[in-house]
Amino acid sequence: MEITRDQVLHVAKLARLALSDEEVERFRGQLSAILEAVGKVSELDLEGVPPTSHPLDLVNVLAEDEPAPSLSREQALANAPDPEGGFFGVPPV
Amino acid sequence: MTVDTLRLTAEAAAGLVANGEISSDELFDAYRAAIDARDGELHCYVRLCDRGEPAGIPIALKDVIGTKGVETTAGSKILAGYVPVYDSTVAARCKGVGLRLLGKTNTDEFAMGSSTENSAFGPSRNPWDPTRVPGGSGGGSAAAVTAGMAPWALGSDTGGSIKQPSALCGNVGLRPTYGTVSRYGIVAFASSLDQVGPVARTVRDCALLYSIIAGRDPADTTTVEAPPVELPEAENLKGLRIGLPVEMRDAAGIEPGVRDAVARAVSLCEELGATVQECSLPRSVEYGLPCYYLIAPAEASSNLARYDGVRYGYRGEGDGLIEVYERTRDEGFGDEPKRRIMLGTYALSAGYYEAFYGKAQQVRTVIIREHAAVFERFDLIVSATSPTVAFPIGERADDPLAMYAADLLTIPSCMAGLPGLSIPCGLSEGLPVGLQLVGPQLAENTLFRAGHALERAIAFDTVPERLR
Repeated sequence: MEITRDQVLHVAKLARLALSDEEVERFRGQLSAILEAVGKVSELDLEGVPPTSHPLDLVNVLAEDEPAPSLSREQALANAPDPEGGFFGVPPV
Repeated sequence: MTVDTLRLTAEAAAGLVANGEISSDELFDAYRAAIDARDGELHCYVRLCDRGEPAGIPIALKDVIGTKGVETTAGSKILAGYVPVYDSTVAARCKGVGLRLLGKTNTDEFAMGSSTENSAFGPSRNPWDPTRVPGGSGGGSAAAVTAGMAPWALGSDTGGSIKQPSALCGNVGLRPTYGTVSRYGIVAFASSLDQVGPVARTVRDCALLYSIIAGRDPADTTTVEAPPVELPEAENLKGLRIGLPVEMRDAAGIEPGVRDAVARAVSLCEELGATVQECSLPRSVEYGLPCYYLIAPAEASSNLARYDGVRYGYRGEGDGLIEVYERTRDEGFGDEPKRRIMLGTYALSAGYYEAFYGKAQQVRTVIIREHAAVFERFDLIVSATSPTVAFPIGERADDPLAMYAADLLTIPSCMAGLPGLSIPCGLSEGLPVGLQLVGPQLAENTLFRAGHALERAIAFDTVPERLR
């Protein structure tokens, strides 16, 4: 299953990856080969088979609605690349 | 007292400390000395810790496990310098019983890989033959235990990242039932698959460490309560019904030496009193790998969206927010995470979702049902853990599909959320072969019992010849 350069660029944009030209070409080849291999799942007759998103029989696990300690502002910002006045600093949008 | 860290079990070490035959500090220093002697060659650790507060026996933690005040990078440049401000639940539970952190072990970037070659900090090496990989993604933890640089360790497993390195390094690794061990504070890869589990030199050590980390955690709503751990004693397999999935025995790509070692272990199961019969998991084996390599990358593309250079980790330079995101992620991620993010984003994108991700979710149901049918007749199933022994460093590095094939036998049970134990069952070409035991959900005690009895009967020497 060959995917095109434009498809690679489209997916890279969705995934917010600024790939170099070399990466685009390399991933195009590799992703084509991988998609060819994983496309095998469409061989099976899966009519009426429900999907599984999670291997446990758990539904709607709820917690008591009680306040509990959480991170302080200093802790939350401790690893920020550009903390500014108690906030996460970012360049203009 | 001098300690042979290559042979001392965690259980025996705890006994020595409890009896006052050795101090906790002396024990810690003995492992540090082993690290100083061997880690230059093997590169199992990405970070070492000082003795710290608790005064029990030491442990190593894979670097996807968040540790308060100790840098946690998941083998990625994008997390370089990230120092968690809280402990993961498993790290807290280890500290809670006095375990002392020796350091953080190397991993494929974001636990994506089968060789530890994808680490941004360089590959780890196999203690049996340093020109070969230790497996992955948890190659650092597995190799550290085999090389006497930790009595035991924790790894994480999405499609085989505990069991496969244990097989390639000749020790014991458990991937627990999905949901029995908290993932709170663990760097996420694929959340419907990720599990934390122990790596050790014996099945009893593995069971002990599992008993420390298992159990429900209010901070991780996907956790369930696990049955109390029974430390295995029995040296027979009387009454156990063992299934031999023929597709896992006969799959293309299984090396003859691996097949022979597994066949000997299967005969031993019968000698020890188990009944062994062939069974069949045709679609799980044929479609497991493609199913996994759709679902895991899809979940990864979502989980790794959080690395945007805003709240923590690496930030690239750029004009405006979007360019900062794109530069951060292109410069911060290595090839394998990028490949999987791309693959997952594609599989989830409009027009392809039904054909890829939707189908893979249905195949997952098929795999679960096939296993459930087998476990109506059997208590556990056995196969090789890895189709091959440890392969040379570099051999598969440029061929993603060849690397993915290393997970052929570990993936089906992961997709079904089942527990799996790998124990060493012999050598092929001088390198360890792993035997995989898989049971139904929450059957860890059965795996421990069978693994322990087999371990006694096989009497595999876990110390690599070159280190004896």
